[in-house]
Amino acid sequence: MKFIIKIIKDLPIYLWSGWGAIASIFLFIALWDLGNQLYGNLVLPSPKETFYTLYTMLYEGTVWDDMLLTIKRAIYGFSISLLLGSFLGLVSGLFLTASMMSRPIVTILVGMPPIAWIVLAMIWFGMSDMTVIFTVCVASFPIIFIGALQGTRTIEGDLKEMADSFNLPFRMKLLDVYFPHIFSYIFPAWVSALGMSWKIVVMAELLSANDGIGAALAIARSQLDTPTALALVVIMIGSLLLIEYLIFEPIKREVELWRD
Amino acid sequence: MERLEELVVENVSHSFGFDDILKDISFKLQKGKVLSIVGPSGGGKTTLLHLCAHLLDLEEGKIKNSFKTTSYAFQESRLLPWKNVIDNISLGLKAKGIKKEKREEASKKIALEFGLEKEDFEKFPKDLSGGMKQRVSFARAMVTKPSLLFLDEPFSALDIGLKKELQNMLIKSIENENLSVLFITHDLMEAIKLSDEVLLLKADPVGHIVQTYEYNLPQNLRDDEFVYEQTAKLLSNRTIIETFELELK
Repeated sequence: MKFIIKIIKDLPIYLWSGWGAIASIFLFIALWDLGNQLYGNLVLPSPKETFYTLYTMLYEGTVWDDMLLTIKRAIYGFSISLLLGSFLGLVSGLFLTASMMSRPIVTILVGMPPIAWIVLAMIWFGMSDMTVIFTVCVASFPIIFIGALQGTRTIEGDLKEMADSFNLPFRMKLLDVYFPHIFSYIFPAWVSALGMSWKIVVMAELLSANDGIGAALAIARSQLDTPTALALVVIMIGSLLLIEYLIFEPIKREVELWRD
Repeated sequence: MERLEELVVENVSHSFGFDDILKDISFKLQKGKVLSIVGPSGGGKTTLLHLCAHLLDLEEGKIKNSFKTTSYAFQESRLLPWKNVIDNISLGLKAKGIKKEKREEASKKIALEFGLEKEDFEKFPKDLSGGMKQRVSFARAMVTKPSLLFLDEPFSALDIGLKKELQNMLIKSIENENLSVLFITHDLMEAIKLSDEVLLLKADPVGHIVQTYEYNLPQNLRDDEFVYEQTAKLLSNRTIIETFELELK
């Protein structure tokens, strides 16, 4: 609770520090416009046209349903791998054998291209929500798993000994010694897994669904409707930026104050 | 009548796998006394201290500890990096279930006594110097008002000034609160300055006690001269030379 209040209190200062970021985004848009002037509207529509298309899409409202659907799928997949990855990672971090055995499997999972998972999922589940959710889940699982595993594996023996010397009760050991350490590993893993989920969900939809942002992107491509395609990309990137900088970054700042 | 507080170690031996570390160690530490175990590095001193503090499981022999409360100060500060100075100091009090306001008050008081400033209270260990960390670590051990304090070379990494300051604080607590200390060090002068009894631990072939020295002069009366004199006396002793392998080759 104390944390949440502090996060909200520090939010204005944090937002104020965002001017630099905004400046660099504007610079990027300027370059984009230069590209438009060089290559023409069909290849790269101007930022103005793109944002206008975006505005009409949002105003007419059809895109909202797609967005909600995509978010829903991403969140389902992400939540499953969050729970499963955190739990299994923590448990296998506790046992040396388990962490040794899980290593090669995780390497395989990380190395397997998501597109291969999508193909397999399409064969297994057909053109359904399940295909998308499954792919998101499989792709983000190893990231979280590794974070959790390293978190538990790297707890220092020195601090454990110190905790023993003060006879800390089990609950305190967990909350004051183990949890903050593990969290400092697992939280960044969650953030990058969420980013991964968001990218994968669109890709999976593009190939294997009839609705959602990804499917809308596929339709825009087939109609050579570049402004719509770019507007959809803006939606995707914009939402990711919002989540990352409005939710995760402030939390991270507060929780990791103690880090170098 | 109050129960007698003492630490009795009888015939303790210990090994890690096939590596014998300690053999037949026996000594007794009484309330209000300071006992040092001196020996070269790698002689099993820390192992012995860990055994006494129940941080390691005893294999052979007997250790009876009837002190009401104990605490431990390590060679490194071992602070929790995610807790600020006050929360670190009050860790032991929190473990005892003492209320938040009370433990913070006690921690703040002892922090000031240990030469920390008010503006340091909210700092995290990463923003503290090595000496400050060691002060915090020492304060953390002392704030629980232990009856027996285990010290694992806590002064070895400190500069001369801070070393003296913390040693004097320790001497004050020994006098005022009748604190008992089990102290391990490789620094003979430190041992002579602080202890009532010094045990010499020889590492070769297996850690064992070769000699015991007693000092009866109260700690606050031991000036530098006394310490130098006694150290010189010890250093000319054959046993000491062999134990520390000081011989010029």
